[in-house]
Amino acid sequence: MASVGTSFRRKEGPEKLTGEARYIDDYPLEGALHGVTLRSKVARGILRKIRFDPAFDWSSVVVATAADIPGENAVLLIEKDQPLLASRELNHLEEPILILGHSNRAKAYEALEHIEVVCDEEEPVLTMEEALADGAVFKRFEIVKGDLDAGFCDADVIVEEEYRVPHQEQAYIETNGVAAWEEEDGTLVVTGSMQCPYYVHKAMLGLFPRAPEKIRVIQTTTGGGFGGKEEYPNLIAGHAAVLSLKAKRPVKIVYDRAEDMRATTKRHPARIRHRTGVKKDGTLVAQDIDVLMDGGAYVTLSPVVLSRGILHATGPYECPNVRVVGQVVKTNTPPNGAFRGFGAPQTLFAAEMHVEKIAARLGLDALAVRRKNLFREGSVTATGQVLNESVGAKEVLDRAVAVSRYLPRKKECERWNRRKSAPSWRGVGLAAVFHGAGFTGSGEVYLQSRATVSLLPNGDIEVEAASTEIGQGTTSILASIVADALEVPYDWIRVSTPDTARVPNSGPTVASRTCMIVGGLLKRSADELRRALEREGVDWPPKPSSLKRAARKLCANGRPFGFVQEYERPREIRWDDATYRGDAYGVYGYAAMVVELEIDKITYEVTVKDVVTAQDVGRAINPLLVEGQIVGGTAQGLGYALLENVIFDKGVMANANFTNYAIPTTLDTPPMRVEIVEIPYSLGPFGAKGVGELPMDVPAPAVAAAIHQATGLFLTELPLLPERISKALHDRAHRQS
Amino acid sequence: MIELTVNRKKRRYRGPSFKRLLDVLREDFELTGTKEGCGEGECGACTVLLDGEPVNSCLVPVAQAEGSRVETVESLGASSRLSPLQQSFLEEGAAQCGICTPGMLMTAWAYVRGGGPADPESVRTALAGNLCRCTGYQHIVAAVVETAKREKRKRARAR
Repeated sequence: MASVGTSFRRKEGPEKLTGEARYIDDYPLEGALHGVTLRSKVARGILRKIRFDPAFDWSSVVVATAADIPGENAVLLIEKDQPLLASRELNHLEEPILILGHSNRAKAYEALEHIEVVCDEEEPVLTMEEALADGAVFKRFEIVKGDLDAGFCDADVIVEEEYRVPHQEQAYIETNGVAAWEEEDGTLVVTGSMQCPYYVHKAMLGLFPRAPEKIRVIQTTTGGGFGGKEEYPNLIAGHAAVLSLKAKRPVKIVYDRAEDMRATTKRHPARIRHRTGVKKDGTLVAQDIDVLMDGGAYVTLSPVVLSRGILHATGPYECPNVRVVGQVVKTNTPPNGAFRGFGAPQTLFAAEMHVEKIAARLGLDALAVRRKNLFREGSVTATGQVLNESVGAKEVLDRAVAVSRYLPRKKECERWNRRKSAPSWRGVGLAAVFHGAGFTGSGEVYLQSRATVSLLPNGDIEVEAASTEIGQGTTSILASIVADALEVPYDWIRVSTPDTARVPNSGPTVASRTCMIVGGLLKRSADELRRALEREGVDWPPKPSSLKRAARKLCANGRPFGFVQEYERPREIRWDDATYRGDAYGVYGYAAMVVELEIDKITYEVTVKDVVTAQDVGRAINPLLVEGQIVGGTAQGLGYALLENVIFDKGVMANANFTNYAIPTTLDTPPMRVEIVEIPYSLGPFGAKGVGELPMDVPAPAVAAAIHQATGLFLTELPLLPERISKALHDRAHRQS
Repeated sequence: MIELTVNRKKRRYRGPSFKRLLDVLREDFELTGTKEGCGEGECGACTVLLDGEPVNSCLVPVAQAEGSRVETVESLGASSRLSPLQQSFLEEGAAQCGICTPGMLMTAWAYVRGGGPADPESVRTALAGNLCRCTGYQHIVAAVVETAKREKRKRARAR
């Protein structure tokens, strides 16, 4: 039975369903210290002195500061600007200053209370606008296509608007946590909750210089990531390691919820301005887009987030004349970082709301404006990329519109809203998005990812990659791809745990790249293994006995007989980093969504009644897991749209708990109808593209469009809280009177 | 000393009586299937059954469990022999990262065992105290509805 296209059960499912799966906090660590972090209480300042209360008994406490870091005090990522532990400049609230360990966690926290940090406080920069005025720009990009001025001259109407999107907290249910220790042979071991073991490996190498093989990073079962465990584990792993080396004992650091929410990365807030020239029939002739993002205090991944943001800022529409300018600035707030969608949910909210605005201005339905401009095969994007294949934009839009009965439902809502006595307003909203799969531009070329498929001495087949299972189904889909490449059952495939001492670097588990890129490498590895085994005289498809026989011959000294494949840029994909022209991504996924909702006329509470979404993923390797990604991403998107409100007070999250930062519960999440569309991509394994991030992009603008129909309010800032609706209604009434 | 029954086994605990039941289960009894998500009773990851009722074990001092029956995820089934509810979670794709799953299962098991109705709305209400960030709940609700249906059929046959 073919595995690809079949909803096989999740490989690691049984352990997760019985409590047998072990997350980092479930490992008993003999003799370990619990590490806790002393953090800055100022948003900006100069550190003068750290005072330890002489009356406190420090004998059983170990403390590590910047002075204990043997290598460079910098967390290696894109830049080296972020120290592992602050030693002089303090750049944001909650910035780590020292790590302290005690064998009892409560005692460790108690000791923190007996340390005083003396510093000269300075005036912090807390808003993007202030930072921009100061010229504190981390990165600026510009995309140009055609002749913008000529485009505006051609326009019948020019539509302008400014949009704003806030921070969003990843809110994985397992907080960040790692453990570290040094083995007797001098190997530094780091293990914990993470998406990218080799990112941690690279960061550790800079902090604790030694031979690369003397650093070993092992992922434990990871309780959700969503980007929040892409780069942040570098920091906490460094903290555990520096204290462990000082204490000469294992150290475990597991954040509590408040610390995780206050100190770790979030989605970048953004301000997006659109100025668009259109013809009366809705044809786009000029798009001038300005994107400003708040990077927080250090660069981390901000340039790449900004890049993905501007590359999606036009929406899935073709326009002959485009300029997109993007800037990400430095503020004295905790660094923002990766979060599912990675810049695209921000800019796509603006792009889709702007279509809604254009349609309203022209007196057309937003559906008609979309149909006029939507990407199709042969369309040219803002970077000059010609979309040659797997362009599902029209299919997803048509499917979502048909299944939801978008136009008739809209009319029914109109009729309902005309009834003055109705207790609510109702609205239907539509949005359409695209999402580039894999790393941006030349990213995949630089990564040089590698992955292996081997025949083991016992005749089993093993997959080795650093791609992590974080709930999305990595283990299962990679197994399905390899199973079909080898024409063997799904159950025959074992996927090894990401451990840098064992698995090749298949790159980070981010950017909707695991299935398409790593799955693609594994398919090629499996093809090679098959050819080699056929040369050995194994009949295909193989019987277990013939694999065992081949293994006895080929696995000399008990070593696996394997084939590794390295990423090679397909000739079709061309990109120029200097001009920002070319194929920004190998291929894009497409999604459309129709949301129907109801707003209580007294409380302004919004209840989402129905969600229909169609998403083009190329090929669904495991349809149940694809649907899981879509419904899960949609729920996060609905939270972004309606509930999730990070309140910043003096530069840090003030509502750092699940009581006051509300993520969707069962009662906030409607039943969803999912239509999987499969327009295969010739370079993806079995036609697959990415799906991880796509569902996150589309709910917010669909919800805002539905609120627009329900109330006539065109709301440009997320989240769309009842308070915001109330104020907008009040302001409108005031203007009218 | 505090005596309680955990997963049908009599257990004794010696230590501070205000220690959280969650920590006693995880540290003293080495039952690490029960997870901590927030430590303040909001997320439901630490849900266990106390005398049959779901509670947030992060909010229960162990003294409060004196003489009580505690059930954790370890009581349901092992990975080689899943309970019908766990099997249904597996088939419906109701677990993704798995960290909320033990708590979700315990709330769902109390609901199903108590004869809760097999309609999605009632199931959603019953599970409203358990946060999941991965699944959007859709497949969890489906798994619980399915198990509730089967439980009802079983009871009808037994009658």
